[in-house]
Amino acid sequence: MRVITLALTLLLSLSSFAFAQGSGIQEVLQTHRAAIEKGSRKTIEPAITAIAGSGLPAAQTVLQKWQQKDMWQRKEDGLFFWAEEIARKTYRLHDFDTGEPVGDYAKGDLDQLKPNSGVRAMIGAALVQFQLSDPDPTRRLDALTAIQRDAEESHLAPLSASIEGETNPAIKARKEQLLTLLTIRFGKDTATRVAAIESVSTNISLDTRAALNTLLSSRIVFDPPEEANKGRRIIPGSDDLSIDAAFELMVDAGAMKHVPTPDERKAFLLEHIDDGKVGGVPLAQLDTQEARDRAYAALNPGWNPLVSKADLVQYEQFYEVFDERDRAVTNAAQEALKSIKTRVGLNQTLDLLLDGISLASIFFLAAIGLAITFGVMGVINMAHGEFIMMGAYTGYVVQQIIPNYTVSILVALPLAFLVTFAAGVAMERLVIRHLYNRPLETLLATFGISIALQQIAKNIFGTQARPLTSPAWLDGAWVLNDVVSISYIRIAIFVLALIFLGLFLFIMKRTRLGLETRAVTQNPRMAASMGINPDKVNMLTFGLGSGIAGIAGVAIGLFAKVTSELGSDYIVQSFMTVVVGGVGNIWGTLAGAAMIGFLQKGIEWMNPSNTLAAQTYMIIFIIIFIQFRPRGIIALKGRAAGD
Amino acid sequence: MTDRSLFAKNPSVLIFLACLGMFTLGVTVFSEAFGSGLISTSFVKTLGKTLCLCLIALAMDLVWGYTGILSLGHFAFFGIGGYMIGMWLMYERTRDIIVTSMAGQEIPPTESEITAAIGNQIFGVVGSSEFPAIWAFSHSLTLQLILVVAVPGLLALVFGWLAFRSRVTGVYLSILTQAMTLALALYLFQNDSGLRGNNGLSGLQNLPGLDEVPQSVVSVWFLWASAAALGLGYVFSAWVVSGKFGSVLRGIRDDEARVRFLGYSVEAYKLFIFTITAVIAGIAGALYYPQAGIINPAEIAPIASIYLAVWVAIGGRGRLYGAVIGAAFVSLVSSWFTGGQVPSIPLGFYTIDWVDWWLVLLGFSFVMVTLFAPRGIGGLFDLWTGHMAPARHGQDLGPDAGSLQEQEADQ
Repeated sequence: MRVITLALTLLLSLSSFAFAQGSGIQEVLQTHRAAIEKGSRKTIEPAITAIAGSGLPAAQTVLQKWQQKDMWQRKEDGLFFWAEEIARKTYRLHDFDTGEPVGDYAKGDLDQLKPNSGVRAMIGAALVQFQLSDPDPTRRLDALTAIQRDAEESHLAPLSASIEGETNPAIKARKEQLLTLLTIRFGKDTATRVAAIESVSTNISLDTRAALNTLLSSRIVFDPPEEANKGRRIIPGSDDLSIDAAFELMVDAGAMKHVPTPDERKAFLLEHIDDGKVGGVPLAQLDTQEARDRAYAALNPGWNPLVSKADLVQYEQFYEVFDERDRAVTNAAQEALKSIKTRVGLNQTLDLLLDGISLASIFFLAAIGLAITFGVMGVINMAHGEFIMMGAYTGYVVQQIIPNYTVSILVALPLAFLVTFAAGVAMERLVIRHLYNRPLETLLATFGISIALQQIAKNIFGTQARPLTSPAWLDGAWVLNDVVSISYIRIAIFVLALIFLGLFLFIMKRTRLGLETRAVTQNPRMAASMGINPDKVNMLTFGLGSGIAGIAGVAIGLFAKVTSELGSDYIVQSFMTVVVGGVGNIWGTLAGAAMIGFLQKGIEWMNPSNTLAAQTYMIIFIIIFIQFRPRGIIALKGRAAGD
Repeated sequence: MTDRSLFAKNPSVLIFLACLGMFTLGVTVFSEAFGSGLISTSFVKTLGKTLCLCLIALAMDLVWGYTGILSLGHFAFFGIGGYMIGMWLMYERTRDIIVTSMAGQEIPPTESEITAAIGNQIFGVVGSSEFPAIWAFSHSLTLQLILVVAVPGLLALVFGWLAFRSRVTGVYLSILTQAMTLALALYLFQNDSGLRGNNGLSGLQNLPGLDEVPQSVVSVWFLWASAAALGLGYVFSAWVVSGKFGSVLRGIRDDEARVRFLGYSVEAYKLFIFTITAVIAGIAGALYYPQAGIINPAEIAPIASIYLAVWVAIGGRGRLYGAVIGAAFVSLVSSWFTGGQVPSIPLGFYTIDWVDWWLVLLGFSFVMVTLFAPRGIGGLFDLWTGHMAPARHGQDLGPDAGSLQEQEADQ
């Protein structure tokens, strides 16, 4: 007995010696040893709080290692260490406080602590305060993102504390913004929260709106209690609350007895079939609702088929009730959201304008070649779309040969021009030249070429879409705020469209070719007698129009998938652009592209889920528009109008 | 004008009717249902569909070959006709199935239950179960048959009135009709258009209430109906284009302004021919799609209408039999090529597989026809009958020498 007591005393003093040695974080860990060993979500909280709140430098290491399942317990004395595997089944233990290795142990002598996912999440939350002040800025940002994704009340204090010492101004701004959002949700009193809400009432970012909307989450309640934070009254039968739903609410509240639906009544009738009859009505007659009601009424004397749910719910009190109990807070949030909504609306208009400009420049780019061949020369080229496609495929092929995307685009643009210029010249020489006086037949012949070219492209490149990758510096978008943004490719296309507008004007107004083209268009015979060769001019002009289509193809290929049908997707819109704008005038084409682009975006905005409908309505609008201005927005007058 | 004089003026009508009758009789004799079975049911259907295509080609020839309006929208009218008859076929057929399946229930179903079940069956695929308003008449064959004629007719009337009154002509009109077709196709592609969006209407080959009649018999019935429609359409077209009315139409084609100055209401003539051909196209579509079995918005895509122009151009514009021959020839040859029955041509380094290259061949031959043989296949008949137009070249000689031109005057 004595021996045992002595041994116990010795053991105790030994362990207390070990304790003394492992003072610091080990002490905290030992205090909560039972909870840590158990690792249950319900009991672990005090342990985590104690570790995080110990103020010891090793606290963060402990939590991290624990979370990563790298914390081990030595079986012989129950002390905690972090461990690394140095050989198979052998681990080197490190002391938390000093970081020094304390020895190598076999796996059998150790117990690994495996916190479950719930516990790991709690450790993660506790780690936040350390991460917020981590010297590595990316980890601080990660921590902010983590808080934003899953905010908790406990984050408020550490976040607030970390702002003081923040050195990076960008991170500091984000921290302050996040602090405001957290204050809105978890602030300690009404005044703080309302002040925070008012401070964000000019902020249109998605986070702010999300935070305010969560604050205003509500449900519809029948006859809410006096102390509930009531919003507006809801009338049953409106969009917010159907009659049936309102009735269900009343039934749930016990204010109304359940009224069986027709299906339930039918099920009831099925259960009460008696010798080929239900409630005295023969089964064969039950093929009208009226007969069924009669049978049901016979079995349920209290039931009245004439009572309508709408009458029952009509004058009852239905309110939306906010989950947030504080009325001052919800009122402030509503006010703030209202003012934000106005700002968002303004910004959305701006965004819509940018989208419209971008779509207009795409249409303009696709149509500018047509503006030359159709607008200036009066030749209908249904294969114009296929020239666009050829340009895009040229870009694709160049990218297969030149891996550098920037260089390959720079090579592809002139190459696409050359390829489609050659194709255009060949087509003009072989086909169109013979049909100058038969416009309808030009349309048909070029259509024949169009289906042949499309099928050839399909045979060569297959039916699947080919990628035409834009250089890295065109990736991404110019983001003004959470509402207004525009991708760099679209800006590039806008710039390209401007360049082509300038190029077109320059060629037509300032060069010999342009002068001759205009002369031949106005009067070929007179031009010929002045020493201009009309054949050559027609050929070059047609080639120029086709070549521009090729360049447009490269640009379009950068954001659309390159398939053999790429061209036919644009051909009708391109013709529309030229016709709506007014044939024979580049400014008309520009106006047409702008009108179609803005119109389509505008219609899409009214019905965002349905771009098909937008296109449909736009075409119908154009058909009607042509009624009033058959010659387009900018019509040529006098002799130039022809006919 | 009596019929006798019509046939006397146009002997080709009688020849055509005789050929059509013999063809129909021949197919019937060799069909699986009524004869030796030499021609398979699926081929009988192909032939029946081809007859419908010939009918719409006839309509296209009236509007383009005779009046000079290159409409790229007539296949839209064809599709609308198909949709209209398809709605009835699908409704009634689904109703039959639903009623049969519900007959086993102990309590007989009410009307509204049946309607709800039909709606669920038809529109479940687009995530809806309500009948859209445009299905209001789908329970009645008579009403839907009226719609087959009325909807394309009305659409053509409104569109044509808008277009012709603002004097949209030539290629502008072509582009505008193409845009109309595109708008219609895009509209039908939407799921909430009420016509099952992309899925279209299917199962149209089954005639409601005639489940016990095998498809082989139904296919011959449809062949007869298509042949009858084509025959009637041909006689009607011949009647329209002969006589004074036809002369005005041709006058509009050749010089619209001159006809207008002569005091004719060009717009009314054009509107009439545009609308009546749209109606013919709708009828053709209503006969075509029950044989095809399925209709979806892709059928209406603008390209289909352009193919229609291709058929008529290859067959020969401005003559009725030319359009019929063109449609029959190109669509049959096309299905022959794309069916993979034509042997591939090995070139050593590359094998020309006609399934892939047929469209290229068609495209280029179309260019060739436009360039070198504007009269199309029908022009061959001129060689045979010796109807050759004088080779007119050179300038007008001016008012004194009438319409003669330099070379003719020299002769």
